[in-house]
Amino acid sequence: MDLAYSKEYEDFRAQTRAFLERHRNDFPKPYGGGRPAADMLAWQKLLIENGYAARTIPREYGGYGAEPDILKSRIIAEEFTRAKAPTGLAGQGISMLVPTLLEVGSEEQKRKYIAPTLRGEIIWCQGYSEPGAGSDLASLQTRGVEDGNDFIINGQKIWTSTAHQADMIFCLVRTENDRAKHQGISYLLFSMKTPGIEVRPLKTMTGNAEFNEVFFTDVRVPQENVVGGRGAGWFVANATLKHERGMLGDPNAANTRLQAIIELMKQETVDGCRLMDNPVLRDRLMQLQGRVLAMQFHGLRLLTAAATGDDVGLARLIVKLEGCELNHQLAAFAIDALGELGVLYHDSPHLRANGFWQRAYMFDLGLIIGGGTAQIQKNIIAERGLGMPREPKLARE
Amino acid sequence: MEFALSQDQKMMQDSVNRTLDRICPLDRVRKAADANEFAEDVWLALAELGIPGLLIPEQFGGVGLKLLDAALVSEALGRHVAPVPFVASCVMAPIALMRAGSPAQQANWLPKLASGEVTAAVAISEQIAGAREGTGITARNGKLTGKAMFVLDFDDAGLFIVADKENKLHLVDAKASGITEGTLTTIDLSRSIGELTLENVEAEPLSHGNALIALRDAGWTMLAADTLGAGWRMIEKAVEYSKERKQFDRVIGSFQAVKHMCAEMAAELEPGRSLVWYAAHAFDAIPDDASLTAAHAKAYLSEVGRFVARTSTEVHGGIGITDLLGLHYWFKRIGLNRQLLGGPERVRHLAAAMQGFAAA
Repeated sequence: MDLAYSKEYEDFRAQTRAFLERHRNDFPKPYGGGRPAADMLAWQKLLIENGYAARTIPREYGGYGAEPDILKSRIIAEEFTRAKAPTGLAGQGISMLVPTLLEVGSEEQKRKYIAPTLRGEIIWCQGYSEPGAGSDLASLQTRGVEDGNDFIINGQKIWTSTAHQADMIFCLVRTENDRAKHQGISYLLFSMKTPGIEVRPLKTMTGNAEFNEVFFTDVRVPQENVVGGRGAGWFVANATLKHERGMLGDPNAANTRLQAIIELMKQETVDGCRLMDNPVLRDRLMQLQGRVLAMQFHGLRLLTAAATGDDVGLARLIVKLEGCELNHQLAAFAIDALGELGVLYHDSPHLRANGFWQRAYMFDLGLIIGGGTAQIQKNIIAERGLGMPREPKLARE
Repeated sequence: MEFALSQDQKMMQDSVNRTLDRICPLDRVRKAADANEFAEDVWLALAELGIPGLLIPEQFGGVGLKLLDAALVSEALGRHVAPVPFVASCVMAPIALMRAGSPAQQANWLPKLASGEVTAAVAISEQIAGAREGTGITARNGKLTGKAMFVLDFDDAGLFIVADKENKLHLVDAKASGITEGTLTTIDLSRSIGELTLENVEAEPLSHGNALIALRDAGWTMLAADTLGAGWRMIEKAVEYSKERKQFDRVIGSFQAVKHMCAEMAAELEPGRSLVWYAAHAFDAIPDDASLTAAHAKAYLSEVGRFVARTSTEVHGGIGITDLLGLHYWFKRIGLNRQLLGGPERVRHLAAAMQGFAAA
């Protein structure tokens, strides 16, 4: 146990800090997803050139080409948070498709897609879930029928965030009708401008359309756009989901929320008394602080294990479940602490934090459900982590 | 940066666990509980491993390890609901002597504690959890008078470490005159808790430093670690049982309702391990973080421990609440750990006060 960083890492931290100090005036406006603005594109370029984005992606594919070093990645994240500096682009293309292509893509696919994706020139969306295929994703029914060198695709996807802004989609399509459920799926890349694609915004309870539905009618896609081989899509997608689950349970996000709530409780008053002086609220704050610390230290443990290759048993499997739940509880508590003010929304007078807490409370429920529901996570923890038996299959009627 | 146990630490914990697997099975716990005494054979076996002197420097016959090592032992003891002194005798008392004892006091007591020939009890509950029923110790002219409750590792102690109302610590030889000892019978018969009535009792102040806060932090962390070990054993028992027990022609572990109970226990308890490790490490290496993380370790494990204890019992169904199965020994140990040195509300209040969020 040694929580200090060695000189190599302290030097790296100093260097990162100096870089951010030097470029303080180049910080772009915060990136809200979708099509990046010019200042964001310039920032992304600068970050890649200096190894603060796309750090471990090989140079030949447009990355910085450093050896993977999880502690340096961590230091970068810490220093960006400390300087309140916008991080590089982090859409589904960069965080999910690029690692997948590096793992299973053909040389041609890597050369064609990775560099422009990293630069923010190709925006991607993910076509996985369908109205009838949620937790049971492998039951998806969007079909690709062979026609010469192409597939003709028909079907529907849902929960497709950024589909309305995306240039391209990475999409799961059933192409092998004669094969078993998990062996009949292909992972396809195609342009969102292909004729036959219709995108409809899907408005959620937050009042915003964070997602879309995407309809495919006779969409023609070349067979060469398959990643990882025909029928291998399920296994390719699992490589991608692994990256998504890590992304959805970030303990630093919880700490940022906790600090904001502490400030809120010091500043807001009811009948002239600070919220912090209310012992019931203070106790709830302390309960949440304990949970945030536990997840932060848990993150340090996983970080070390990732660097050393140590086996941590089920420790990694609980992060999505516990992380998403904790973020949601923090938002719920902030609303409770604000009392009646907590219900103000949209552009109401007296609104606090631009309505962040209500929006987070509603949106985070989607994160608890998405990327593998809490119940699916519990199955995974029980089966893979604790060695409990799978639910027996029902006999076919 | 490395947040992990060393190879030595893993081996040390393994060896304590293996020893306890062998000599401290449930039957041994039951026997000690029925006789209302600590398990001397278990204590002697632990003494052979150097556990009583774990934290005591080598010059006094100890092993000279750190609080993180002690947390690993505490976890193993909780796992086995071992009926032996530890939290007060092997951790808090040595820390009191090392941090605030004079060279003469150290030379007198540390070797005896390290060898295991003397055990020490610690009476600081009034100053940490709050005074009940008019308890509290007053020091006057080197003599102590008053009553202390919830004295830890009480039975057969040869030395008492007592906090007075001014938060000062004192050494009291158990042979001194004017001491009345009374047992407090708790739900948990694997630990010895007592009350101490002192009438003008000869005492030596531990005045070479203020160690009360360190005692509290170490005690909180040890109780949390004990619950971590006991809690994980309860999860394992629930999982094992659910894979054997059949109802509706299926093992009950294949029902999602049961699987999710087990997954929730594991998901809640496992982050507590990192909290315990951090608090224990901070005690020796990051003093600024020590008190806050010890408080959170104690409060977090208390809450999650209660959840695990009742959920594991429920997974076992009716047999879970019987004496026959004996699961209740873990249930009660976790219940005791929760209340000792302050229940979670009290501890969280202190955590808030440490950060200036509340008046102390």
